[in-house]
Amino acid sequence: MLPDSEGGNNISLSILSQGRGKMENAASQQYARGLVDTDNGLISRDIFVVDNIYRDELERIFPRSWLFVAHESQIPENGDYILGRMAEESVIVNRDRDGKLHVFLNNCRHRGMRVCRYDKGNTRKFMCPFHAWVFSDQGDLIGVPKLETGYHNELDKSEWGLIEARVYSYRGFIFACWDEETPELEEYLGDLRFYFDDYCELPDGSYGDWEAFGGIFKWRVPCNWKFGAENFGGDYYHNPSHASVDQVILSPAGVRGRHTYDAVTRERELWKLNVLTKEGHNARGELFKDIYEYVPTYREMAVVEDYFRDCYRIRQKKLGDKSRWYGHGGTIFPNVSYSNGVQSMGSWHPSGPHETEIWRIFLAPKDAPDEVKDVLRHYVIRYQGPSGLTEQDDMENWGSAHEGARGTIARRHAYHYGMGLGHEQRSWPAEWLGGDIYASEDVSEQNQRAYYARWARMMDVPPGSSRQPVLVKTAD
Amino acid sequence: MDTTLERALLDQLLLRQQVEQFYNAEAELLDSRQFNAWLDLLAEDIRYWMPVTINKESGKWDEERTREGKDLNWFDEGKFELEQRVRQIETGLHWAEEPISRTSHMFSNLQIMDNSCTLATRCRFLIYRNRGETETDFFVGKRHDTLRRDGSGFKIAARQIFLDQSVLLAKNLTLFF
Repeated sequence: MLPDSEGGNNISLSILSQGRGKMENAASQQYARGLVDTDNGLISRDIFVVDNIYRDELERIFPRSWLFVAHESQIPENGDYILGRMAEESVIVNRDRDGKLHVFLNNCRHRGMRVCRYDKGNTRKFMCPFHAWVFSDQGDLIGVPKLETGYHNELDKSEWGLIEARVYSYRGFIFACWDEETPELEEYLGDLRFYFDDYCELPDGSYGDWEAFGGIFKWRVPCNWKFGAENFGGDYYHNPSHASVDQVILSPAGVRGRHTYDAVTRERELWKLNVLTKEGHNARGELFKDIYEYVPTYREMAVVEDYFRDCYRIRQKKLGDKSRWYGHGGTIFPNVSYSNGVQSMGSWHPSGPHETEIWRIFLAPKDAPDEVKDVLRHYVIRYQGPSGLTEQDDMENWGSAHEGARGTIARRHAYHYGMGLGHEQRSWPAEWLGGDIYASEDVSEQNQRAYYARWARMMDVPPGSSRQPVLVKTAD
Repeated sequence: MDTTLERALLDQLLLRQQVEQFYNAEAELLDSRQFNAWLDLLAEDIRYWMPVTINKESGKWDEERTREGKDLNWFDEGKFELEQRVRQIETGLHWAEEPISRTSHMFSNLQIMDNSCTLATRCRFLIYRNRGETETDFFVGKRHDTLRRDGSGFKIAARQIFLDQSVLLAKNLTLFF
């Protein structure tokens, strides 16, 4: 453990901390032109470790962004609830008695105690254990002990319901946002919609029901929350760190390697792409150069093999030329990452500048045969998460990168995010990938640059200021 | 004392001694990183399961853990999968275990629930892990095993691991329980 290195002895920071007062204008330029210099591919290590910056993120990034909170299949019945998390705070995600979705801050209006202390369940009301204020499943304050003798009937219960976020279910994935000014989710996703839609499609290319497996992986990693977000956004360059898992059998295809698609892609011509959108979202995946026949993958598992062969054929017929795209995953700014194939969805929850609490769910097509679900379930558990053969090594990287950002001397030297700078190609290699997207083949840090450019723009807007456009240019 | 009773008590003590010796030897293998020898203690059809713990109302014990064979679990695997974990460590490139973890596996509160062709055992476990300079984790919980007699020893036919944590406080589970 390094000694406290986040003090105010850094020059750029001392300007920042004054920025809340009369130097607000100077401070408002500090991130985009200062700590985050995407023109030159340089990003200060400060953004990962400095307390002031972390506190600004909690004000300027998270409350203004759409955050993933749950999947609808986790609360299928009226009255069902599950606890979610938005940045550092607990939220209740529920389907009320009439079937309407809500996201409430899990926090009593009276003294702030959690009104729901179970991870999931079914209820019509939430009672705070402290003074027994009772809230309905629609957020209304419906019970206050001693309303008459204590409050003399002077408490207007209608003013003291649970704090409720905006909520939007996008193809079953529930997002929430605290800010009224933030655009609707569909606009917020922007050009990422093509890629996120691809993720939402069932293996046969249709939109249907995904079902989350029971349970949520929740675990703590000693690194800043942005390390995981940028890694999942597109870092094919870090493949060497997975050398060990690629030497054993992880893929359900039963051959060496970690991806089910390894056996398939080896025989085909394709572009492996990093894709950035002007909203600063990230996607990655493969665009096959041609339309190919299905490659037998699941060897001795006939039911699984039949299922995926059929899906492949139907998808190809349904999507035509666009069936050449196979998404691998991506990051929805700021802290939501999805992975295709293992079909995971999760969040990088900030837990102080030096710790991340990762939450991850995994899904399977609801109507798939049990054999298929079982294969997918085993695969995801062994791939991702703290027991996953692949992500174990990722977390080693993030923790070490974080530690490497903490030292006084180390922090004088920016991190290099310059790979492929100026080589991004607009709306390439196929126009239908998006008119405003930029892509690079194989390895590039273009996605990280776009992600941090978006981050810097939001960070430059103090609370209460009028909002600025957050769209980023390729070399912004 | 009645000699029959005495005989039964002696048998019990003897069995307990055998099981304890077996677990001591197992812990020794894990803590000295003899993972292949450890794999030899596992039956070919072993079920190795560690559920995720969920915070539920006190009356709903049965919903407190994710289900084997259906839900997400920290582990839900057989011998082949455990072998792959050992193979990965052996590459010398599994960076989460390079440099290695130092572990000490401890168990206590041993109960032997049955004595037929298979034994059901229960114990508490405490595993200390230290790595690099200051990385430190404690894993504490309950372990329910099914042991199958194998010559003069045993094979582990099932292991259920109940970690007393809901949010996992360690960054990874690269160790064996």
